[in-house]
Amino acid sequence: MTEQRIGIEVSRAIAIATKLANVDVVSAYPITPQTHIVEDIAELVANGELDAAYIPVESEHSAMSACLGAAAVGARTFTATAGQGLELMHEVLYIASSMRLPVVMAVANRALSAPLSIWGDHSDVMATRDTGWIQIFAANGQETFDNVLCAFRIAEDQRVLLPVMVHLDGFHLTHMIEPIYIPEPSQVDKFLPQNQYPLPLDPNKPITMGAFAPPDIYTEVKKAQQVNLTAAKEAILQCWKEFGDCFGRYYSPVESYRGEKAKVLLLVMGSFSETAMSAIDILRGEGKEVGLIKLRLWRPFPFDEIRRAVRGAEVLIILDRALSFGGPGGPVCSEIRSALYNEDKRPKVIGFVGGLGGRDISPGGFKEIINRGIEISQTGSEREFEMFGVRE
Amino acid sequence: MVNTAGLIEIRWHGRGGQGAVTSAELVAQAAINEGRYAQAFPAFGAERRGAPVVAFVRIRTDEPIRVRAEVAEPDVVVVLDPGLLRIVDVTSGLKANGMVVINTKKQPEQIRQEFSLNWSLATVDATKIARELLGVPIVNTSMIGALLRATGVVKLESLFQPLKQRFGRLAERNISAMKRAHEETLIRSKGN
Repeated sequence: MTEQRIGIEVSRAIAIATKLANVDVVSAYPITPQTHIVEDIAELVANGELDAAYIPVESEHSAMSACLGAAAVGARTFTATAGQGLELMHEVLYIASSMRLPVVMAVANRALSAPLSIWGDHSDVMATRDTGWIQIFAANGQETFDNVLCAFRIAEDQRVLLPVMVHLDGFHLTHMIEPIYIPEPSQVDKFLPQNQYPLPLDPNKPITMGAFAPPDIYTEVKKAQQVNLTAAKEAILQCWKEFGDCFGRYYSPVESYRGEKAKVLLLVMGSFSETAMSAIDILRGEGKEVGLIKLRLWRPFPFDEIRRAVRGAEVLIILDRALSFGGPGGPVCSEIRSALYNEDKRPKVIGFVGGLGGRDISPGGFKEIINRGIEISQTGSEREFEMFGVRE
Repeated sequence: MVNTAGLIEIRWHGRGGQGAVTSAELVAQAAINEGRYAQAFPAFGAERRGAPVVAFVRIRTDEPIRVRAEVAEPDVVVVLDPGLLRIVDVTSGLKANGMVVINTKKQPEQIRQEFSLNWSLATVDATKIARELLGVPIVNTSMIGALLRATGVVKLESLFQPLKQRFGRLAERNISAMKRAHEETLIRSKGN
């Protein structure tokens, strides 16, 4: 019983993951900026290879609404979207998490209009930061595939019962053909138990979901949601450990690359972190004590792991692929800066925003970012952040 | 021949509908089936039939490929449509010891002179092969044959499975086109 290594587009591999997970319901709105994910799932269902209900709807808002209903009756539920589509889902995203509905969604991360852009960045994700979903960023095709499988297990875990987004960079991951290990169905069956939603909608046992909450209860509900999402980290860590035990690939909320004893650390999320590794190698070759941190788990935010990972560093350079207009820079940078603020000893945090709307950052570009970050840290510049690679 | 030990970067230039993106994917799948690391992707954009398109392949034997940026300094450039030589800078960033593989009915010497191409050259009349064997001027599989002849980046046999999977009942004809282009490709090293 071994995994098969195939060359496949990452989007298509996600469709295979949903088939291996035996999803029951997929609802999606298949139009630009969609990907092959739902196109392939529609084909799998039409060909009889996947016994699922595929519900094409008239908008992304309806896609997520249909997913709510499906998850509420206890169906294993999946959808995918990207960019503008994620924005159109926005208000329904909160309902999925607040009602504890374990929907799994792959998000092809894309820029937002205007000007019209179908290219990748993290603007769409960051607008959903506070929707209460578990959010995982994948750096390559294998991580994406593996984490879609993990997402079902995490979402449906009785301790969690929360929706999960698996983020993959638009184009840089969604359209990339690369080698991916695909497990046997029996291996996945062993790893991923049946969905046992504890209180499904059932005409024979009526319950109320998403009821009205006056001021005397709303705060308590939100506190419970906060406690629940924060506590979900334990289940996520356990899932990743058991996934590793099953498949030999282990994941963690924060991953370090040549970060030991590094005076300067660069932190990146998503697929650009792999490109950044090459820059670290080049700079290490030049004798610079630099390392890389990949942030994989965005929500719940891994405070302890981040603090541990940057301990000992003098400078922490953070690249955001989204911009908080008129604010303190990129959302990742401002969160990490805030997470470190009360530490007795903390690195200087230097923020960059770049890679917007599909703009590539090459290994040479990351080298420039690191060198510029070191320069800023030495001059004590008071800037909140800089935008990288802007033609002026 | 290109050195196949380290990282090999190939850039494909075609027009929407000619199959440049498919070519890139098939070559990457062949390399992956050989147990190597490879990636293929299009120059990201909104594709339109007839418009110039670009696709990329990276192949590496010793370790996984981490870079996902577009290929800026290719080892090999494959040109599916000779008309592109006049409107696209196809050799942009091409390494000095690189190779240009062109679909043209002209001889390599003629193309070299006409476009001042100071790299190793490989030419094949892929349009003629595709018309004769496939009945349509879709040259992608023929140009894979030319690429393999010119560079040996993957084995010809390694393409059979990806082509069968992609083209189904049309696979045999595409394999024939690939093989014939492989035979008919003319190669001139740099300076010749």
